[in-house]
Amino acid sequence: MGDWKTITVPAPSSDSKNTSQYTSEKKMSPSSLNMQQVLRLPLPSSKSTHSFFSAFCTEENVEQSISYLNRELTTLGFPSLYAESKGKELNLISILNCMNELLVLQRKNLRAQEDVEMQHLKLGSDMDHLQNCYAKLKEQLEASKREIVGLQERDRQLQCKNRNLHQLLKNEKDEVQKLQNIIASRATQYNHDMKRKEREYNKLKERLHQLVMNKKDKKIAMEVLNYVGRVDGKRGGWRTDKTEARNEEEMYKALLRDYEQCQKQLLVENAELRKVLQQMKKEIISLLPPQKQKPRERSEDGIGPVLSDLEDDVGELNKENMWELSCETVREQLTNSIRNQWRMLKNHVEKLDNQVSRVHSGALTDKDVISREDHELETEKLELEIQHCKEMIKTQQQLLQQQLMSPCDDDTTVLLQDCYLLEERERLQEEWKLFREQKKNFEKERRSFTEAAIRLGLERQAFEEDRGTWLKQQFLSMTCDSKYLENVKTQSATSGSSDQDNHLMNTRSQQKKPRSLSSVPTSAELCQTIQHTPYSSSPCAISNKTTEESKPNQWEEIYREETE
Amino acid sequence: MNFSEGFKLSGLLCKFSPDGKRLASCVQYRLIVRDVNTLQILQLYTCLDQIQYVEWSSDSLFILCAMYKRGIVQVWSLEQPDWHCKIDEGSAGLVASCWSPDGRHILNTTEFHLRITVWSLCTKSVSYIKYPKACQQGIAFTKDGHYMALAERRDCKDFISLFVCSDWQLLRHFDTETQDLAGIEWAPNGCVLAVWDTCLEYKILLYSLDGRLLSTYRAYEWSLGIKSIAWSPSSQFLAIGSYDEKVRILNHVTWKKITEFEHPPIIANPKIIVYKEVEKSATVETQKLSFPPTRELASSLFSIPSKYDISQVPMSLQYIKPVADRANPRIGIGTLAFSPDNCFLATKNDNTPNAIWIWDIQKLKLFVVLEQLCTVNSFQWDPRQPRLAICTGNSKVYLWSPAGCVSVQVPMEGDFQVLSLCWHSGGDTMALLSKDNFCLCYLEREEVK
Repeated sequence: MGDWKTITVPAPSSDSKNTSQYTSEKKMSPSSLNMQQVLRLPLPSSKSTHSFFSAFCTEENVEQSISYLNRELTTLGFPSLYAESKGKELNLISILNCMNELLVLQRKNLRAQEDVEMQHLKLGSDMDHLQNCYAKLKEQLEASKREIVGLQERDRQLQCKNRNLHQLLKNEKDEVQKLQNIIASRATQYNHDMKRKEREYNKLKERLHQLVMNKKDKKIAMEVLNYVGRVDGKRGGWRTDKTEARNEEEMYKALLRDYEQCQKQLLVENAELRKVLQQMKKEIISLLPPQKQKPRERSEDGIGPVLSDLEDDVGELNKENMWELSCETVREQLTNSIRNQWRMLKNHVEKLDNQVSRVHSGALTDKDVISREDHELETEKLELEIQHCKEMIKTQQQLLQQQLMSPCDDDTTVLLQDCYLLEERERLQEEWKLFREQKKNFEKERRSFTEAAIRLGLERQAFEEDRGTWLKQQFLSMTCDSKYLENVKTQSATSGSSDQDNHLMNTRSQQKKPRSLSSVPTSAELCQTIQHTPYSSSPCAISNKTTEESKPNQWEEIYREETE
Repeated sequence: MNFSEGFKLSGLLCKFSPDGKRLASCVQYRLIVRDVNTLQILQLYTCLDQIQYVEWSSDSLFILCAMYKRGIVQVWSLEQPDWHCKIDEGSAGLVASCWSPDGRHILNTTEFHLRITVWSLCTKSVSYIKYPKACQQGIAFTKDGHYMALAERRDCKDFISLFVCSDWQLLRHFDTETQDLAGIEWAPNGCVLAVWDTCLEYKILLYSLDGRLLSTYRAYEWSLGIKSIAWSPSSQFLAIGSYDEKVRILNHVTWKKITEFEHPPIIANPKIIVYKEVEKSATVETQKLSFPPTRELASSLFSIPSKYDISQVPMSLQYIKPVADRANPRIGIGTLAFSPDNCFLATKNDNTPNAIWIWDIQKLKLFVVLEQLCTVNSFQWDPRQPRLAICTGNSKVYLWSPAGCVSVQVPMEGDFQVLSLCWHSGGDTMALLSKDNFCLCYLEREEVK
């Protein structure tokens, strides 16, 4: 499409306003020079329509203009204006259609022109904007380039400085080395000089020594009033091989004593520390949460297999005899296991810390997570407990050691062994005393009883004898009056005897009655007691017989008394 | 705290007897023996010349007085005042003299350290030990008195000889790997001997009683080395003070360093207590002044009372820059002493000579720093409890114990500068020595507040 240049049509100047609005200098293609007349102009005002449009078609060239238009239109694709192909009659309908088409086309073209102009404006502003951006970016680029140059410069300076400092350091080091070398050489020089002077000095000393010894100075002597006794009171002995050997022995003994003491202390310390470690191990295990249920895929912790191993270790190392062993492997095992457990505990604590921090950052419930303070309080409490237990164990250990180690002779060991039972023994002794006293009392009582029984027996004997004599007398008297007495023998004997008995009793009753009455219960008691004590001693046995003999008699007497 | 009156003294020679009952002091050429409790003169002996050294025998029955100028040693008996003994070294000269632990032999070191003569009081016999080493501590006896170690030097090499004191038999003789042995010291348990080298080389060797080398310790090379050492009373620790202002502690099991104590001039740790001696501003009331001024008033005017204040930490101590080009510079840890209960170690850094550092051995940390107004002359632990007595050359004596510390003015007439002090073996009495006088100080049983 060529550039359009409007030809200023020789039209009245009133039209020039309209036309000049739309002047735009555009070049024209030579082929279409003739044709570009009015198509670019908008519809002019109706006033000048005729005059303007008359420029193309006048009364003279109507036919030519029609044919020309027809030609043009047909070339543009419009239907022909003529009614027939070869005729001069115009097809009004087609003319009108063509006109309409042309109008439509015109409108379309105008719109397209507007659009294009709009787009043109847009593009222009975009272009401006882009140009501004470009200018700014260019400036920025310049600035950064300058900055880079500056930084490079600084970098270079710093590198330079660094190199200088390195150089200085190297220089200083060299100087130090040099000074040390100087010192070393001077030291050797001084040593050499010292040795030389010392040798000279030694020579002088030897010389002096010789002089002193040679002079046999009478003044070098000691005056003492009398000899002083030795500290230990013994006489001095000759220095022999034996004494030398003894001295060596003494020295080695002293050394050994010292080493043994040292070793004992170290063993004690060692044992204590080992116990503490064991305790710590146990407590660490108890602190750790039971993690047996967790699957073994938790490679980050690695707790599973370790824990199971540890369980075995714990079982092994808790055996009593393991403690006594001090060999390398046991020690290593113990320290390794404690290290592992400590690491586990540390991991656990770290996990808890993470959880706590997550709790603080995210809003979890506090119930699920033990707060750090509580945890710390717990650990503090546990630590205190551990401390208490350790101290207790230490004191107990010390006491035990003292007991075992304190050197004492037999008496004191015996005393020491008995000291725990002292109280009980004293109590026992007191009880023994009481028992003995009671026994004595019982013996006394028994003796008095037996004496009483003996007395009683003797009295009974006497009584029996009296009775016997009395009966004899009676019998003798009765034999004189035998007739009377024969009938009443039995009765009288009995009654007489009873009378006599009564008489006797009466005569004697004052003496005997109370006694007999009193003695009856006592003798009854005695009999009872004697009967009840079949194991009584022999004096009682003797009285047994007499009393038993007299028993029925007495009972008879009493009966008779009662009957009469 | 009571003070006795002052008595004359010369040469700072005042010693308590080992059994604690008597006190020997020297005035010029006279030896005075007093009873400790009553301070009455029990014996008075006159020697031939000015006495330069006094020592009690171990059983407290004899005293030796050495006069180096004349080369004579005189021995006096306390049981028999008439008994006398004079040992004359004649032209051999005398440089040092001491008792053997059994109290019946005297070891004299002749001039130039030519030899050591062993004089026996029981048999009047003489033995000679050749080539003794001329060093600061060449003879050492074990605490139980059975063995003696002697440093020797033959053919430019150091040797140690071990003798059995009962019959002076040579038990062991071995060489040491030292350049120039400076001193030897037995551990209190009598089984280990510490041997240290000259200050030009930091090296300490530990030998067992039978002469085997147990261990060697070198902290660093080339700088000045060991200045002083001290064994702890239980023989568990060996403290080594060196010129680099540090104390290193070795343990008796492995003979390796377990810790080192630094002595910086600025104390920054707030847990450390610093006692600083400050002068109490003496307000002398003008009404009480009289003319002529009484003696007590005069002395009290001249000596300003002082007390201890607890300083705020951080604080800096008085630091003396040592003279660089002199030999034996006043730097480094010059004095070390363990307390008798093995709980504390008192050290003095010669760079800060006014301060005494007390370390807690149970915790291996610095416990207390005492800063005095004057340079510390000497300090000594009470032989029974952890109580430290300090003297700084003025008329005060200072006592520190874990309960606190106190500064006490010695109420003596005239100018009494306490130059040295020594404790009684029972721990309740102290002798304070000045140039011309000495007095006794009796302490109460309770701890110092």
